[in-house]
Amino acid sequence: MFDTKTYSSEVNQALCDYLLRLADSSLILGHRLSEWCGHGPILEQDIAMSNLALDLIGQARNWYQLAAQQAGLGQTEDDLAYLRDAPQYRNVLLVEQPNGDFGQTVMRQFLFDAYHYYLLQKLGQSADENIAAIAQKSLKEVTYHLKWSSEWVIRLGDGTEESQRRIQTALNNLWEFTGELSKPDQTDEILHAAGLVPDLRKIQADWQNRVLSVLTEATLQIPTRTWMQKGGKEGIHTEHLGYILAEMQFLQRAYPDCEW
Amino acid sequence: MVTDIWQLLENVHDPEIPVLSVVDLGVIRGVVQTDDGVEVKITPTYSGCPAMNTIAQDIRQCLENAGFAPVKVNMVLSPAWTTDWLSERGKQKLLEYGIAPPVEPLASSKALFGAEPQVSCPQCQSTHTTMLSLFGSTACKALYRCEDCLEPFDYFKCLR
Ligand SMILES: [Zn+2]
Repeated sequence: MFDTKTYSSEVNQALCDYLLRLADSSLILGHRLSEWCGHGPILEQDIAMSNLALDLIGQARNWYQLAAQQAGLGQTEDDLAYLRDAPQYRNVLLVEQPNGDFGQTVMRQFLFDAYHYYLLQKLGQSADENIAAIAQKSLKEVTYHLKWSSEWVIRLGDGTEESQRRIQTALNNLWEFTGELSKPDQTDEILHAAGLVPDLRKIQADWQNRVLSVLTEATLQIPTRTWMQKGGKEGIHTEHLGYILAEMQFLQRAYPDCEW
Repeated sequence: MVTDIWQLLENVHDPEIPVLSVVDLGVIRGVVQTDDGVEVKITPTYSGCPAMNTIAQDIRQCLENAGFAPVKVNMVLSPAWTTDWLSERGKQKLLEYGIAPPVEPLASSKALFGAEPQVSCPQCQSTHTTMLSLFGSTACKALYRCEDCLEPFDYFKCLR
């Protein structure tokens, strides 16, 4: 589907790694949201979360297809999704955190959406036209995601005593997973220097503005803790990812190459 | 002839909103006929649209039945699909089917808390309507309710 460009081996390797980060984060968050299907607090929001899941899994497929083609090893999107184990997954830790209650799911979604939105906005201007195309397409969808999650954060935060307590707890629990989102590492630096991806520090500023303004409107306390978890982008995950993969990959592992 | 192919594609319908042809929906991005056969370029409405595989298959079958072979259907992502590509006739068909067609948002759709568009009820045309959910029965629709006739209805939301 893509006409891929040829890069130096250093850039290409970083690029394949980066594409997996994008794909894995979307797939794992999409999978988490799909766990709500049939269990949502009300029918409309059950359907909304399934729609978010569908968008994210569709975006993940595009990134996987590009990653597979760019790596040139003859792999398919399915190989990448179903035949890698947890240490090979590159998603950020935030998206693999459990659904918890609806408040925790909404907060996780909001913290990720705000990052995803600004990242895609910048990736839409990438010098690589395949990255730009997928990002521009995804951004239209993620604009709706961010609107949905922002509105729910405000509604629950500035809601009843119980809804505020629950979403404040979610914010406190998830805050330590946000540092990784915009902390650049070597892969980010190599690709930024090549003009393919944005400077994560710029995304951090936009993310912070958006997050603080929504949390303030939601009358929530911004956590003051500054210690942050990291590791997802290098394949060091929390214990939750293994369980997600065990369920998601069961069929391919039990019946290799099965199709229907 | 390429114009004949476009004509034939009017008979291929969106499996989720069967009143719309794939031409009305604006997902056909090009038709090329060469000595080697026909190539049809299509673009997904949403990244995760589950109807795309069926649409590609239906296009192939429709053209092959009409004697074109081989038929290749290729997916393109750029430029990304927008509801501006829905045909005027398509919007009319949606309305008759009971789905409110996309309307101009009052503010830029890029604004996160921009004003909601004024959506009219497809049953009674009242503009006194409320959004129940940003996401409806499929990714491309939102769920609304008419406050005058009290009917819930789907709104084909604006994407650009
Ligand atoms: Zn009405």
